[in-house]
Amino acid sequence: MTKTGYEPLVSIDAITAGLASVGYISTREISTAIYLAHNLRKPILIEGPAGVGKTDLAASMARFLDVSLNRLQCYEGLDEGKALYEWKYGKQLLYTQLLKEKLGEVMEGASTLDTAFEKLTSFEDLFFSETFLEPRPLLTAMKQDKGSVLLIDEIDKSDEEFEAYLLEVLSDYQVTVPEIGTIRAQVAPLVILTSNNIRELGDALKRRCLHLHIDFPEAEREQAIVRARVPDVSDALLSQLVEFVQGLRDLDIRKRPSISETVDWARTLLLMHATELDEDMVRSTLNVLLKHESDIQAVDKDVRTLARAAASAG
Amino acid sequence: MAEQVLTDFIRALRSADVRVSTGEAIDAAEAVKLIGYADRQRLSDTLRCVLAKSPAEKLAHDRLFELYFSRQAIPQSAPEDPAEQDDTSGSEDGPGDMLDLMETGDETAIAMAMERAGQEAGLQEIRFSTQVSYYAQQMMKSLGVERLESEMMQGFRARTEEGQAYAEELIEGRKQMFARAREHAKQAFETYGAGATLAFREDVLAETALTALDVRDLGRMQALVEKIAKRLASKHSRRRRKKNRGQLDVRKTLRANAGFDGVPFDIAWKQTKRDRAKIVAVCDVSGSVSRVVRFFLMLLYSLNEVVPDIESFAFSGRLEDVGPTLETENFAQAMDKIINDIGMSSTDYGQSLSDLRMNHWDALDRRTTLIVLGDGRSNYGDPRLDLFREAAARVKRVIWLTPEGESLWGSGDSELPRYRPHCHTMKQVTTIKDLERILDEALSRYA
Repeated sequence: MTKTGYEPLVSIDAITAGLASVGYISTREISTAIYLAHNLRKPILIEGPAGVGKTDLAASMARFLDVSLNRLQCYEGLDEGKALYEWKYGKQLLYTQLLKEKLGEVMEGASTLDTAFEKLTSFEDLFFSETFLEPRPLLTAMKQDKGSVLLIDEIDKSDEEFEAYLLEVLSDYQVTVPEIGTIRAQVAPLVILTSNNIRELGDALKRRCLHLHIDFPEAEREQAIVRARVPDVSDALLSQLVEFVQGLRDLDIRKRPSISETVDWARTLLLMHATELDEDMVRSTLNVLLKHESDIQAVDKDVRTLARAAASAG
Repeated sequence: MAEQVLTDFIRALRSADVRVSTGEAIDAAEAVKLIGYADRQRLSDTLRCVLAKSPAEKLAHDRLFELYFSRQAIPQSAPEDPAEQDDTSGSEDGPGDMLDLMETGDETAIAMAMERAGQEAGLQEIRFSTQVSYYAQQMMKSLGVERLESEMMQGFRARTEEGQAYAEELIEGRKQMFARAREHAKQAFETYGAGATLAFREDVLAETALTALDVRDLGRMQALVEKIAKRLASKHSRRRRKKNRGQLDVRKTLRANAGFDGVPFDIAWKQTKRDRAKIVAVCDVSGSVSRVVRFFLMLLYSLNEVVPDIESFAFSGRLEDVGPTLETENFAQAMDKIINDIGMSSTDYGQSLSDLRMNHWDALDRRTTLIVLGDGRSNYGDPRLDLFREAAARVKRVIWLTPEGESLWGSGDSELPRYRPHCHTMKQVTTIKDLERILDEALSRYA
């Protein structure tokens, strides 16, 4: 097989430390999954609610390993032309136009159709060469010499056909372009797929992937994450605001606040020079955390108790 | 030994309804080789990452991991040399002798012996809790209970005080050993059998008449309904557009290739849009029908993933929109409330249809499947066939479900035969399987 690459991934602890160095607070499970993915050469499928850092994990991995991140955002109707490669039709056309005169010169002296055809065939590969190949994220990821992180984001939004198509790419880490041949990854990319569970993914895909479920973080980890993102926040405020958000997630609301919203909220509070959480402050900034009017109304009566509980905990 | 540990664990997972393919089993073996058995936490993390692929499966995994690896003597490290492995198993063939074990009282040795005896008795095959005693007996046999018993008899036959005491000591020992074997077999049942029993019970449940269900089955039924909903969802959640290969979309092609001077490089094909499924359920919640309605609505609302548009109306005397009530967290409570609030008056299909006509007629459109669930017993009131015919003309399909058998249709105040010509299908539903089949069929009309 090809080179393995990714020297930093020697152990689970090294991964945790490495991710921390680029500002991503990992858990035992996340690091284990990455360690396994690297050693078993398997893609990781990450599921979980929106905004828990699924996409961010891929970005952080790329930074940590110092390789490029190739991101493929999935959507309904995504096909191989947009995911894998495409021929640069326009350029091919332009070149044909420009080369028209040259073509006449080449063809000179060809008296019969047969000789003309023969002469032409010797140039055949000109237009179907890598010069005219437009690589899309999947192919780009395969072509990186140092290896790369390939993020296939929100795979659940793509069609089932595309999912099936992906299986081929992910199992062998190679891409076949009929006109050129097979392009095989020198260093297999580290593949991360994310899903928000909009639809149930196919069993075949699940079988081929390692599965990682990232849920909302524990208070301790959330504090660490906010601390990493908003270093200026005071300890007291940090523990109080995280406590409040954790309490909020237990309520029956349409969209529970994600980590990114906690971080935004921490920034907001910092901007307002808050040193401690108080009820009025919470009320006036609640729209940073909750994105539905109905949610804001629903928690209205709970704000006081939650804020008090958070204040006493901090 | 190490290999066996893993295969048995995977077997336990499978019996608990976690689907593990051969490929995944191989992955697991490789992963374990990498991680080793030394760190329990790490092993658990690894296996749940490789083998369990949904939150439900992860839960099952965690439960089994606790059970399985609490009793399993975890090998210190996977033996790398196969010869060495053969060596160890060769030196101690067969489980240790019960007499020796009792004499030494060595806990680890006893545990190991139990393990081997369990394997000899084929404990992985255990499926029902009633088999526990049988397997315990088998284990006793392979632990050499016969030799113990013959010694015991000898002790009695000697008719001396020491002989008597010795024999009694042996009886006590046998009792203890049997208790341990039982315990061991019970644990094995929980590991391998509990899941299978559950699956078996679910099969039975799926075939049980909904009206005959017990209150204590409700919880299990909920789980079953969720499973069915998932099955239907994965079958029907395909994309909404279908490409018609072969029919050129001229306008789109021209537009796409304007940049190439109109030379058609990118060919666009015509597409047909698939309708989004919409189901309007009209349910009679009076008396006998309410039981079936409960499960029907439970299943329907678990289908949110494939059917984004669900509207439901409940009636007995008057008809009311119950959608908002049902879309809350606690389904069972909401259902009870509906049945109590609406189901108490005497059934009037005509009035309910005219309520539908007056207040909710917009809910019916050409992509709607109208599902009526009721026995059609309208207390000899006007069935308002005119309204029903009008409704049927507005929607894509009309399905009528009734808990009564066909022989009863039309008997007494049943108006079913008069409604029937306006329905695409009229069917009796008794079990949850029937409901699944009906919904499956209704959804495939949107393909």
